[in-house]
Amino acid sequence: MKRKISLIISTIAMLGVLLMSASASAAQAPTAAATGSAPTCGTDPVKLKASFETGFDLPFKLSEEFTKEYPNVTWDISQDQFANLINSTPRLLSGDNPPDLLRLPTMVSFVKDGLLKNLDDYATAFGWDKWPVPQLNQNRVASDGTRGSGSLYALGLNYSLTGIFYNKKLAAQIGMTQPPKTLDEFESLLAKAKSAGLQPIMEWGSAKSGMGLAFPLQALMASVGSTQPINDWIFQKKGATIDTPDNLKAAQHLQQWITNGYFPKDINAIEYTDAADRFTKGEGVFTFNGDWQNAGYDTGMPGNVGFFVMPPAQADGSPAAMSAPLTFGIAAKAKNADCAAFFLNWVASNPAARQIDVTVGGSNPGGPADATMPSVTAGSITNDTLAAGPVIGKAGTSMDFIANSTSSIFAQGWTPELQKMVGGKQDAAGLLKAVQAEYVRELSQ
Amino acid sequence: MPAPSSSTVKSPLPSDYRAAARTSSRRNTLNRVIRRETIIGWLFVLPALLIYAVFVLFPFLLTILYSFFRWNGVGPATWIGLNNYLTVFQVPDLLGTIFNAFWLVVWFSFIPVGLGLVVASVIHRVATGRLGALARTVLFLPQVIPLVAAGIIWGWLLGLPGLVNQILSAVGLGAITRAWLGDFDWALPAVGLIGIWVLLGFCTVLLLTGMTKVNPALYESARIDGAGWFREFVGITVPLLRYEIGVCLTVTVIAALAAFDIVYVSTAGGPGNSTAVPGIQIYILAFTQREVGLASALAVLLMLLVVLIIIPIQRLGRAESTS
Repeated sequence: MKRKISLIISTIAMLGVLLMSASASAAQAPTAAATGSAPTCGTDPVKLKASFETGFDLPFKLSEEFTKEYPNVTWDISQDQFANLINSTPRLLSGDNPPDLLRLPTMVSFVKDGLLKNLDDYATAFGWDKWPVPQLNQNRVASDGTRGSGSLYALGLNYSLTGIFYNKKLAAQIGMTQPPKTLDEFESLLAKAKSAGLQPIMEWGSAKSGMGLAFPLQALMASVGSTQPINDWIFQKKGATIDTPDNLKAAQHLQQWITNGYFPKDINAIEYTDAADRFTKGEGVFTFNGDWQNAGYDTGMPGNVGFFVMPPAQADGSPAAMSAPLTFGIAAKAKNADCAAFFLNWVASNPAARQIDVTVGGSNPGGPADATMPSVTAGSITNDTLAAGPVIGKAGTSMDFIANSTSSIFAQGWTPELQKMVGGKQDAAGLLKAVQAEYVRELSQ
Repeated sequence: MPAPSSSTVKSPLPSDYRAAARTSSRRNTLNRVIRRETIIGWLFVLPALLIYAVFVLFPFLLTILYSFFRWNGVGPATWIGLNNYLTVFQVPDLLGTIFNAFWLVVWFSFIPVGLGLVVASVIHRVATGRLGALARTVLFLPQVIPLVAAGIIWGWLLGLPGLVNQILSAVGLGAITRAWLGDFDWALPAVGLIGIWVLLGFCTVLLLTGMTKVNPALYESARIDGAGWFREFVGITVPLLRYEIGVCLTVTVIAALAAFDIVYVSTAGGPGNSTAVPGIQIYILAFTQREVGLASALAVLLMLLVVLIIIPIQRLGRAESTS
């Protein structure tokens, strides 16, 4: 019955969208930027309409600080869970009163439908195009719908980094004095942890949370191979495939880890929050996760958590990491687009905003190359994750997340297939083939 | 036998006309009354009908319409005829969900209705008064608790460190403990267990209401004849509750075939696709994958399937209850 009602409501909503999309116009170029000077929020009262993600304080804190500095700007913020944002954002964007500023759960399909503002003119006006290159690439969409190059459609509030967190006490127990330098070293540590009766890796894997083994798998892909083909696949470059010999090697490593019992045996039923909780309580020597969890680890296991990025398979190779911007965009029909763009620029360049970015968000604030890095509380794990950023930046080995290649590759591809691998119903080769088939099917729609 | 009086034979017309006129005027008044009552009846129904039309019939027709298009919910829609329906039959994952839904019928429908009959008759026979009210309340509680909260609690109960496994270990069954909702073989029965928990109370209360309707004299005479609980159950309770059983079966079979909420809050279709049901697939297709046409096609097929299965159950219930 509930299902029926929700289906009915959504169908009505879709009809609304259908009617409204008839009157929707294509993305318009910003007007203020054309005058040469960078746009501002002016001095008249402005009410910025925003759509944020529930559970993450950062944009809320930033909006409060912004209003303190620019009192003429007030906010009308709606919020929802990420999974719901995927469903509701298309309708928000195509409605009559779309948000000026919004957290983007996905991007390419919105760009194709002309729902997002092209930010190229803002980039010129504010000088974003002079920022270190990798920051903006993930938010560019070319005219053929591939990501990674083309026009700019979003900006990151910050740039998260993923890697391996470890429990310092347990790591010392298995004789780890410094982070492993190669994949071999890391795997021997995992073996030691297993034989010491410890849980080598804590990870989540329920379908509700989305399969967390995608993190170690992608780390292994970048460890044994190059990051370029992975990014090409995520950015939907023509002819890209995930089913490469290197990735097969990576998937075989992962399958071996599963067989060796390096992951909890109930992983298919573990939620994200439970995994984070169990790790802070001492279950698991290592866990693959991102710096958005920093505050949680700092609180749950103060002083006892360390971080390193996935080491390469070859001793002379570079470490690699998944690093994704916390993407925010502006609706094509936004009423206060200039002010929203000014806000995005303020977040990246204002010292107070950058400080909030690091303290609350735990991630690198990005921005201009010469911007000062905010201070971090001594002893916080954020020091370690921030220090890893430039290493990855210099090596040019940052990747977007393999779960972001299409809107449902995570729910329909990675999650069920990796769960099958845990259950012994899928092998490394079959995993990559099945995910690639799903990818091709979705792109052909 | 006297002959009929000629007058009545000869001139039947005037009186007949009068009678006919009287009848017709009466009929006219009657018609008018009926017509007025019909109009009033329609007026009473109108608000509900209007809401039904706007929120059920209209979206239903729209869903059928969408199923012939390729549409992402926002952009332009392309007419592709029956291609969406063909896709449903070509993608094995989508058909597999329908098989899972049939499996759920056992858990969501047969067990709750069967168990509900037994529980209701036990309550009816022994637990009257306060105890009966308490039993009814406890059994009906799952209908009142928000399902999302229940899903989270069941997730904890059935987890590896959860209460279910603790109890199993305590009674010496530690060897069979597992993460029930994360196990390929056990996730569907575990979801089924949650379904039983949710639907048992509904069936029990409905059947119990039916039992109070049965003439107590029947039970009394059966008891005088020396019938035990089982004879009573088979001879009186089940046959006289056919209509209620029919309603229970209808509601629970629909709950199983069109399942969404219980599955979504407990496993979201995992692990693998072992608990994926059409409802979940329709949701993912329409809102995550934004293939509204394909989702609509699957929804239409699901509806046809439900109707095909429900009509015989309805016939059965109706035929038997009138006999």
